[in-house]
Amino acid sequence: MTSPGIAVSVEQVVKRYGSVTALHGVSLDIRENEFFTLLGPSGCGKTTLLRAIAGFEDVTEGHIRLKGKDLVDQPPFKRPVNTVFQQYALFPHMSVTDNVMFGLLRKGWSRQEAERRVRDVLELVQLSDFAARKPGQLSGGQQQRVALARALAPRPEVLLLDEPLSALDLKLRQAVRMELKAIQRETGIAFIFVTHDQEEALTMSDRIAVMSSGRVQQVGPPREIYEAPVNRFVADFIGETNLLDVEVESVNDGMAKVLLPGNRRFECPAAAVEARGAGHLSVRPERISICAEAAGDLIATVTGHTYLGTDNQLHVKLVDGEVMSIRLQNTESTLLPKTGDVIGLELEAGAARLLAD
Amino acid sequence: MAAGAPVGAGGTSNIYKGSGWKLLFPSWVIIGIFLLAPVLMMAVYSFLTKEFRGGVIWEFSLNAYDQFFFDRGLFGDEPPTLEWTYIGIFWRSIWQAGLATITCLLIGFPTAWFIATRKPESRSIWLFLVTIPYWVNLLIRTVSMKFLIRDTGPLNEFLLSLHVINEPLGLINTNFAVQLGLFYSYLPFMVLPIYAAVERYDFSLSEAAADLYASTWTILWLVILPVVRPGIIAGCILVFVPSLGAFLAPDLLGGAKTFMIGSLIEEQFKGNAGNWPFGAAASMILLTIVMCVLLVYARNQNKAEAR
Repeated sequence: MTSPGIAVSVEQVVKRYGSVTALHGVSLDIRENEFFTLLGPSGCGKTTLLRAIAGFEDVTEGHIRLKGKDLVDQPPFKRPVNTVFQQYALFPHMSVTDNVMFGLLRKGWSRQEAERRVRDVLELVQLSDFAARKPGQLSGGQQQRVALARALAPRPEVLLLDEPLSALDLKLRQAVRMELKAIQRETGIAFIFVTHDQEEALTMSDRIAVMSSGRVQQVGPPREIYEAPVNRFVADFIGETNLLDVEVESVNDGMAKVLLPGNRRFECPAAAVEARGAGHLSVRPERISICAEAAGDLIATVTGHTYLGTDNQLHVKLVDGEVMSIRLQNTESTLLPKTGDVIGLELEAGAARLLAD
Repeated sequence: MAAGAPVGAGGTSNIYKGSGWKLLFPSWVIIGIFLLAPVLMMAVYSFLTKEFRGGVIWEFSLNAYDQFFFDRGLFGDEPPTLEWTYIGIFWRSIWQAGLATITCLLIGFPTAWFIATRKPESRSIWLFLVTIPYWVNLLIRTVSMKFLIRDTGPLNEFLLSLHVINEPLGLINTNFAVQLGLFYSYLPFMVLPIYAAVERYDFSLSEAAADLYASTWTILWLVILPVVRPGIIAGCILVFVPSLGAFLAPDLLGGAKTFMIGSLIEEQFKGNAGNWPFGAAASMILLTIVMCVLLVYARNQNKAEAR
């Protein structure tokens, strides 16, 4: 049974299509009022999980509970959850108003109440002036907001969003992110948001579940996912990182002593890893600074750099041939080493992390 | 609609500027020879005087239309009363064609839906199967139908031999037989346009409706049917219009009781009993009815798009 404060509880859900397993026993708790993101590359099972919650896919094993009530045997039209579809799936023959009113009327609202609710929701998504238009007469961003209004109107217990921003262009996508987050706070409904875009996930979510090949790799707030990834996949998928092959000397109380390439010793936090042997050290490019050769944790040769506007990206090669990238903020005082220079690299203590495979 | 069209046209028209009419010329010639000229001829003939052995005398007359609508007694000297014979035939034809259209829709829609929801590889096979009967001439198909359902035909023989029935069903020369013939003749004209519409249908709309608490029938009624409506209407027109003027099925399967417009017109141009101006007038009246149906459709279509 679920404890109070949990909106949706996914328990050991397995989904098989013939011989292919899309979900390998996924368990998750999504809290009330939470912006929860399922993040992962395509084919990781995130959309399958979302569709299972909506009821479009049957689960092979396991349970999905909404506020403690098992949903598994209920058809989609009986589940008090609504979905914002990737391509919006707006009814092309109905006006914006009729689209938004559709769910309300099916749920048995009176016409008067439904009309009032539609007005309120359209105001929330700032589309009041477009109420009489057909979806074909709206821009992509406006259609996206109609889809959101339509799904929010019947006051679902949970709102499911299937990559709703992927069809928008970049500028619009960034604006809509903030809007979506604001609407989530205002309505107080739990949002389950599916995306493959890690930036989207980091900027909007209260918590993120990183998925790959049908399994949940890590669940946590954005900062934790980014700064304390539990394994190589998460570290690599979220943001940019440098993964160094290191020799683990000892692990004690979550702190590891490792031998870096070039044989200098380094102490860093560790995810659950073997106490000894080979390991991977993940260091974010912006958590590395350059210093004199003798003072560095690592010694490297500069192989080039890339201008990124806010940052300069420095490409370096270590003594053992490993390639790393470093981000230096673009200020006037930053003196960039030239290609061919040999420099020292200082890893920020606590920001590097020893990972399991 | 108003916003979309000029943009698209403006984008490509520059290369063809001024040569539009030249490109359209072949189409105009074909439409002129095969559509406008015959209709005009028919219109002119309907206002001429009949020659007793077929053909016309070039003398203006409203007799054909008068004969269609009014009864002036055996010698033409009584005060005119409304003539119900031909209006009755028209009414029966419209009724028969409408019924055939509805039957085709009820069978054709599920068929089209079935085909459109198969795997893409097998769809063309199903479509091929639907069109196979059309490789055989309509006359031969209709005659075959007559042989199948007549009192001594295979259907009755089979049922008699099983003792399901004790005497032949008497299907031939009934409205049912005409319906069967029309249905069999025009079903693909219903299936194909609906198939095209259903194939384009975005099934995430059904999912969205289910997500918004709509049951299966509600989805069909409020989402699927309105979205594929253009295909349904096209199918209905393609079945209704030829059914209205059909003469093979009513002639061969229906007999005298189920006389339809097509047969009436056909008779006027056949043999010595013919009356060309009257046949032409009946054709013009039929044409007017069909045009009215199409105009109503076109107006609805425009309204739906403008909204």
